[in-house]
Amino acid sequence: MSERTVELEVLRFNPETDSEPRFQRYSVPCMNEWVVLDALNHVKEIMDPTLSYRWSCHMAVCGSCGMMINGEPKLACKAFLREYEGVIRVEPLAHFPIQRDLVTVIDDFVTKLKRVKPYLIPKAVQPVEAGEFRQSPAELKRYKQYTLCINCMLCYAACPEYGLVPKFIGPAAISLAHRYNEDSRDGGREERQQEIASNEGVWECSFVGACSEVCPEHVDPAGALQQVKIKSTVDWYQEHLMPWNKK
Amino acid sequence: MEIIKTDVAVLGAGGAGLRAAIALAETRPALKIALVSKVYPMRSHTCAAEGGAAGVIKPDDSLDFHFHDTVGGGDWLSDQDAVDYFIREAPKELLQLEHWGCPWSREANGSVAVRPFGGMKKQRTWFAADKSGFHILHTLFQTSLKFPAIQRFDEYYVTDLVVEDGQCRGFTAIEMRSGQMKFIRANAVIIASGGAGRMFPFTTNGAIKTGDGMALAYRAGVPLKDMEFVQYHPTGLPNTGTLLTEACRGEGGILVNKNGRRFLQDYGMGPETPVGQPVLKTMELGPRDRVSQAFWHEQKKGNMVQTRWGDCMMLDLRHLGEQKINERLPLVRDMATSYLSVDPVTDPVPVRPVVHYMMGGIDTDIRAATSVKGLYAAGECACVSINGANRLGSNSLTELLVFGRRAALSALEYLDNGAGAANESAITAGANDAQGRLRELFSRTGGTETLAGLRREMMATMEENAGIYRSGEGLQQACATLAALRERYARIELHDKTNVYNTDLLQAMELGAMLDCAEAVTVSALERRESRGAHQRLDFTARDDDKYLRHSLARYRGAQPPEIGYSDVVITRSPPGVRDYSGEQK
Repeated sequence: MSERTVELEVLRFNPETDSEPRFQRYSVPCMNEWVVLDALNHVKEIMDPTLSYRWSCHMAVCGSCGMMINGEPKLACKAFLREYEGVIRVEPLAHFPIQRDLVTVIDDFVTKLKRVKPYLIPKAVQPVEAGEFRQSPAELKRYKQYTLCINCMLCYAACPEYGLVPKFIGPAAISLAHRYNEDSRDGGREERQQEIASNEGVWECSFVGACSEVCPEHVDPAGALQQVKIKSTVDWYQEHLMPWNKK
Repeated sequence: MEIIKTDVAVLGAGGAGLRAAIALAETRPALKIALVSKVYPMRSHTCAAEGGAAGVIKPDDSLDFHFHDTVGGGDWLSDQDAVDYFIREAPKELLQLEHWGCPWSREANGSVAVRPFGGMKKQRTWFAADKSGFHILHTLFQTSLKFPAIQRFDEYYVTDLVVEDGQCRGFTAIEMRSGQMKFIRANAVIIASGGAGRMFPFTTNGAIKTGDGMALAYRAGVPLKDMEFVQYHPTGLPNTGTLLTEACRGEGGILVNKNGRRFLQDYGMGPETPVGQPVLKTMELGPRDRVSQAFWHEQKKGNMVQTRWGDCMMLDLRHLGEQKINERLPLVRDMATSYLSVDPVTDPVPVRPVVHYMMGGIDTDIRAATSVKGLYAAGECACVSINGANRLGSNSLTELLVFGRRAALSALEYLDNGAGAANESAITAGANDAQGRLRELFSRTGGTETLAGLRREMMATMEENAGIYRSGEGLQQACATLAALRERYARIELHDKTNVYNTDLLQAMELGAMLDCAEAVTVSALERRESRGAHQRLDFTARDDDKYLRHSLARYRGAQPPEIGYSDVVITRSPPGVRDYSGEQK
């Protein structure tokens, strides 16, 4: 059945039994069409039931299986073996504490996401019985791309700034705040600005653009952050140079 | 053991669980709500739903049409009072999501857009491109962050419900990151833990869909209802089982056999309709059970395309053109291109039916209440039943919302009326028993089985004997195999006896849940000696309303196979009739 034997080098760490992480080699009989996740599942099922990692959907939408594959943040369910030669090194996502093996602690993101108020703060109050808020396809298009974030954390693992300055709110959370700011139904931008236009917000971003390169859903967080910067700058000028324009 | 005291505990944080938690927090901001899930909410399998959510919104549609489509689609096994409640609440819930920011696709005038779906007489499926479930889940998850009353317990695996004197008093759960067991004490519990498709080897369901909540309720004395009804979705990628949404056909895609014939016309769903101009409720827009069954017959006739992953039919989308495919079905294109190296813009995609959804589940009434006081269930894990013997595509996303909210309101009514006086020492003893069972599992030695081995045997027997067509003989075989597997499972030993994020332990508990659910499926299927909806018997080929216009109820009996009883179907205004998906239907 197998077409190819793949050498996996997987980071192992169990905080109860290991003082530091180590690598373990597995020779895995694989089909050519497989993704790295399939190979890990084979290891877990046949070779080593102690290996721990997260996964669920196997279709790049649940965001569980982000890991470093040959040093790059990837979804294991969308990292095709056909694109790799030689030993494939699999590690937990960079910049997050390791809980065990390939499982990281993502509390930091979860807390930051909540801080940016990623929910609609309606511009106008309208009872549900009155029907839908009208939104043209063009208005939808303004923010649609930023709704596609699956919270997989690849952008945080790729972001050099987040690695250096952990308090940086980071690409995904800021993009989601921007998603609501750009929604024609929303009136909550000022509330969100307090978080995302702060020192821990967009001004930490040095526009390396790695986040957009690794995003599996093509959200383009780097673009979102640039837009937030430009709009925040306009805010500053309006406030300081044209105070009479302020509401 | 740490005791966490809350008012209401919600088990599962997908669409139904989040909707329930939000309804609780909106209604009672001072309530203490525990939202407990074995995964982070955004990992829940609601995210994988693609096509959309049904709700009457357009002027040419009516609640009556939605009612009759759903009841007929379910082969008259749906409870009609529940369907009435469902269709009335459906548009309100979808509008509520719109008000929370869900990025529904739009018409040029800014109103929400709808698309055709299988078995539906009118276009009434709200959609957000082909990631509708994903957007519903994230809208609910993000909205839930507004409510301080909702306290989340992410990555906690629930092991046992604690029921004392006929009332649910909470549950025990393992905190995955520490391996510690906690007792979530609550006077009302809502189970919203999803389906159990992972009992089968070839499924659209994610790894997490292992029937955990169904098994918990079942072991606590709540029957599992209509478990024999397992939905095959006609169009899965043949290698990975990845779903290609029914919207492919709603948008005009066609299904052909190896001779290029649109074979559905040969199975009561003709006459053929013009390519690219789908006609509602016929041909490719027939219901899922009929389309999957037609595939099976074509396969027997040797009319399918042979691939290395088995026999396939071809889903042809080419005539839709690149622009429409990119706009309406971007995920479908991505999935087929990435996982199968077939671009639907230029080539037909081989597909085959794949296990997708459990119509059956935890027996609840129209209020989402179970037979155990203080215990409610909603979503795929529950069986109200609105779906009857076959669910129509796009009813389940709406069901999450309607009955997630309903479960929350019922739980509040229950608390307001005063949950009965609690015997706290008996309750704590119940929680300690659960911990004792976990300790026993950890300390067990001498096991000779592997989890993976048992799991493979379970999946093999389910695929072989509990698939699209079933026979008494095959089902008997499956029941015997599953009984033996449950016995062997009771002696398994863990390979991994550490505490932190122990997925060997997690998979062991999940397998236990799946084995219990699988046995409920096969025993219920064996006892239903008729063919109805998704349950087709080669030895009893006709529907038998005299004997089986009834819900099956599987009752847990420990190591013994379940006892099967029946309850009446609620018929209010649609007497059982003929399901007509021919183009001549009125």
